Amino acid sequence: MPHKQPPRKQSINTGRGARKRDEDSGTEVGEGADEWAQSKATVRPPDQLELTDAELKEEFTRILTANNPHAPQNIVRYSFKEGTYKFIGVVNQLAVHFSQVGNLIPKDSDEGRRQHYRDELAAGSQESTKVVISETEILEEEEEPKESEAEAETEAGSQIDMPAAEAAEKVTEEELMTPKQPKERKLTNQFNFSERASQTLNNPLRDRECQMEPPPRTNFSATANQWEIYDAYVEELEKQEKTKEKEKTKTPVAKKMGKMAMKKMTSMESQSDDITKVTQAAKIVERMVNQNTYDDVAQDFKYYEDAADEYRDQEGTLLPLWKFQNDKAKRLAVTALCWNPKYNDLFAVGHGSYDFMKQSRGMLLLYSMKNPSFPEYIFSSESGIMCLDMHVDHPYLVVVGHYDGNVAIYNLKKPHSQPSFRSSPKSGKHTDPVWQSELVHTDVIKLKVEGGTKDGLDGLQLHTVGCGTAFDFHKEIDYMFLVGTEEGKIYKCSKSYSSKFLDTYDAHNMAVDAVSWNPYHTKVFMSCSSDWTVKIWDHTIKTPMFIYDLNSAVGDVAWAPYSSTVFAAVTTNGKTHVFDLSINKYEAICNQPVVAKKKNKITHVQFNPIHPIIIVGDDRGHVTCLKLSPNLRKMPKEKKGQEVQKGPAVEIAKLDKLLNLVREVKTKT
Amino acid sequence: MQAEVEETLKRIQSHKGVMGTMVVNAEGIPIRTTLDNSTTVQYAGLLHQLTMKAKSTVRDIDPQNDLTFLRIRSKKHEIMVAPDKEYLLIVIQNPCE
Repeated sequence: MPHKQPPRKQSINTGRGARKRDEDSGTEVGEGADEWAQSKATVRPPDQLELTDAELKEEFTRILTANNPHAPQNIVRYSFKEGTYKFIGVVNQLAVHFSQVGNLIPKDSDEGRRQHYRDELAAGSQESTKVVISETEILEEEEEPKESEAEAETEAGSQIDMPAAEAAEKVTEEELMTPKQPKERKLTNQFNFSERASQTLNNPLRDRECQMEPPPRTNFSATANQWEIYDAYVEELEKQEKTKEKEKTKTPVAKKMGKMAMKKMTSMESQSDDITKVTQAAKIVERMVNQNTYDDVAQDFKYYEDAADEYRDQEGTLLPLWKFQNDKAKRLAVTALCWNPKYNDLFAVGHGSYDFMKQSRGMLLLYSMKNPSFPEYIFSSESGIMCLDMHVDHPYLVVVGHYDGNVAIYNLKKPHSQPSFRSSPKSGKHTDPVWQSELVHTDVIKLKVEGGTKDGLDGLQLHTVGCGTAFDFHKEIDYMFLVGTEEGKIYKCSKSYSSKFLDTYDAHNMAVDAVSWNPYHTKVFMSCSSDWTVKIWDHTIKTPMFIYDLNSAVGDVAWAPYSSTVFAAVTTNGKTHVFDLSINKYEAICNQPVVAKKKNKITHVQFNPIHPIIIVGDDRGHVTCLKLSPNLRKMPKEKKGQEVQKGPAVEIAKLDKLLNLVREVKTKT
Repeated sequence: MQAEVEETLKRIQSHKGVMGTMVVNAEGIPIRTTLDNSTTVQYAGLLHQLTMKAKSTVRDIDPQNDLTFLRIRSKKHEIMVAPDKEYLLIVIQNPCE
């Protein structure tokens, strides 16, 4: 009742009840004191109401209620339901004096309980572990909210007291560090909070390794040269060819067999001694060693030309080079010699015995001039070898005739020492010694002692009166051949006529040891015999062209391959005679003892097709190689300005000239 | 086969003037020798290298060509080396007696 107050307040009228004065005095204590000091005088304000005494004595009752004096007493609201204004009976009497939104939460609510729980945890951890510096923050923060909550009437205050007390204790312990703490609850103070960062500890690292055994290593190094690349290509090519062959030839079944054989082969190879692989190298080295030992001989062979020949008037000499001998063949005579048509350093020596009474084993040795100390191939046989020949087209085939009538063919390519073909009684072997055999193309033609010649394959039989001891096929006319007999006659025969001879020559008084056609001249042939003579014939004329008496039984005679007028003859007194008809028609231009001991008989002689050497075999089993001096190898002199004519035509012409001379003489006489 | 090779090597060793023979494998390790160990090892090592070099030279010039043998003639003797696919055969000979 503000309108009443001011007058009551301002009036210091003591007329009103004591109550009022109390009230006033209650409020105006200060003025009351002043009033008491001063005299009591009533002062009337000018705008005071003027009331009558009756009105002044009127009593007003006052009641204190809880009603809000400012609340409206009648509130009317519009009701949409009824469509009129309606009186609301109850009026809200609440008066809000002060409101503030605070951050207090009731203890029993969920959030409160949670916080309480957290507090307890924190407190528990504080008790059990040591304090961390950051803990002081929390303590400070706690102290602050504690202050802010001081006015609050919650029971949290007591709680905070507890941790505060603990915190006081813990402050002293804050120096102690802990390595690890559970994650601390950050209490952010709303009023005074600053973020403080700190670095966590870096965990120490520890290496964990695992190591295995290192894989085995080998160093590989290679060079890439031109030849290594070439080798690789060649290998590849060979492989391809092999696979092609396999595809062509082998059937599936055979392939399996082949594989099995291959496996066996490889296993065998690994087991066998490695030394066999050195074969080739060993051979080469042996030859080298020999070359060193016989170095001078080798040099002579190649380069030596007897300078003395210029002074010797048309005479020549034979320079001895190597001597071939083998222990095993020591007591066997050399019965056959043959040069290999393909390899000019290889020759074959057949050993046997000419003695009718003493017949023993035989040997076939093949020597190379490159290795004079040991033969390249050795074959032994039970019966003595009487003759041998090598095939022209297949130089690895050697045909051999034995004393017991067998004919054997040896294949040099195959390693075993047995002949690859042997005649047996079934296949029509001879019953007597095979004196001569010759390989003409693919036929083996043998000449045996009695009966006659036999063509190995066709079975032609030619009956002779006596025994054949030598024969020779014509170089050009295939079917024609000569046969020399034991009685000294020579028959000219043809393969096509088996019963008749084409011609007969009364050649010698004793057995004909050798007949040989001239390599150039188709008409001329030569024969030698044990009656000490060598005769040269023209097959159209019955009488010989030339006769030479050599003072001893002539073992063998051979034409030189380089000239139609040169030939050599060997005698049983150990001498070798070389004739050149174009130089000297009546005498030998070389007459030289070749073998050391005089009792040594020379049995065979052969010219080398290429080199100017001859080999001479004796009956002791030795073979001597001799070089022909230049005089023996004379070629017709070229006139100045004219071309040197070489070749068969020249040779033939040369011989023809000689023959004509002889014929003239003969016709004259 | 084996006996033949053995015989050949024996013949070489007993030939006039031959001082020693040895067989060396592809790596330069001697397999067989008639000389004493230290000499053998020395010869094997040195000659192996030389042979490889010679072979390489020959083949570099013409890849279709190949080394047949190597001869080293010195004042005192002659060393002959015959290379093979896998082996090396070395012979030391004194040619003049």
